[in-house]
Amino acid sequence: MARLAVNPTRMELRRLKTRLATATRGHKLLKDKSDEMVRRFMELIRINKSLREEIEGEMAGALRSFMLARAVSRAEDIEQVLSMPKTEVTIETGTKNIMGVDVPDVKITMPAPEDLLPYALQSAPSDLDTAVVKLSGLMEKLLRLAEVEKTCNMLADEIEKNRRRVNALEYVMIPQLNETIKYILMKLDENERGNLIRLMKVKSMMESSES
Amino acid sequence: MIKNGKIAVIGDKDSVLAFKAVGVETYIATSAFQANDLLHKLKDDCAVIFITEALAEQISDTLDKIKSYAYPAVIPLPGSGSGNGFGMRGLHRDVEKAIGADILFD
Repeated sequence: MARLAVNPTRMELRRLKTRLATATRGHKLLKDKSDEMVRRFMELIRINKSLREEIEGEMAGALRSFMLARAVSRAEDIEQVLSMPKTEVTIETGTKNIMGVDVPDVKITMPAPEDLLPYALQSAPSDLDTAVVKLSGLMEKLLRLAEVEKTCNMLADEIEKNRRRVNALEYVMIPQLNETIKYILMKLDENERGNLIRLMKVKSMMESSES
Repeated sequence: MIKNGKIAVIGDKDSVLAFKAVGVETYIATSAFQANDLLHKLKDDCAVIFITEALAEQISDTLDKIKSYAYPAVIPLPGSGSGNGFGMRGLHRDVEKAIGADILFD
């Protein structure tokens, strides 16, 4: 591992030791963060998966009824009865914070189920009623899925980023700092020894010239 | 909390029309180009955008770009006709990205 290009002085040594302490602490914190994010992610992705499976099944049912309705009556009729929706799903959107990631938080207000159909019953085939009822029952789940899936998306991104940071600290920064600290220590010791020898040499030269 | 985030659906006519009855804004797109256009137009004032899997697969680049903010959440759904599994594949990708291996679906 390459060492940093610094002067081998005591001041530099002190500076590097502080940096090493900070890096080690940061590494530990980031690792903890990563563990917790993965735990949350696993919880959410399981929910996400089961929701999606449910929805994909029920969606197919609802759309099949809708296709049946379209098959038995004219396209214009269907379009006309659906063109003025009576109800509206309202959502309040906010964000909540999971481990430093701002993820969506959706509050859903469903319309009352009794006045769902925007048309008179005789103006459309019953399959259309089925489709509309099924679909509006599905709406809450769909929005829940939107929230959970987006959260999973964002968490996955963040986990990946975090892992890069942890790895950079663990495999690059910290070894580099260790290496450099060791190098400076060796160099300082070497200087110390050199100095000592020089003094001993001078002393012996002085003694021999005196006698 | 911001009140009344809008919900939109983008897809082919058959898949989208049914959503109209539930009071969701519907937009019809028949090509990837149109879907792309609509997505750019809608992304600033919609909170949740559903899009059919067939279209989502074709414009996955745009979807990736929108991913990094909390809103809008763009969610692929199977439209009329069976889906092509694009939504599920998205989950697989997320798990792989986060954990490093696809441990959820073996």
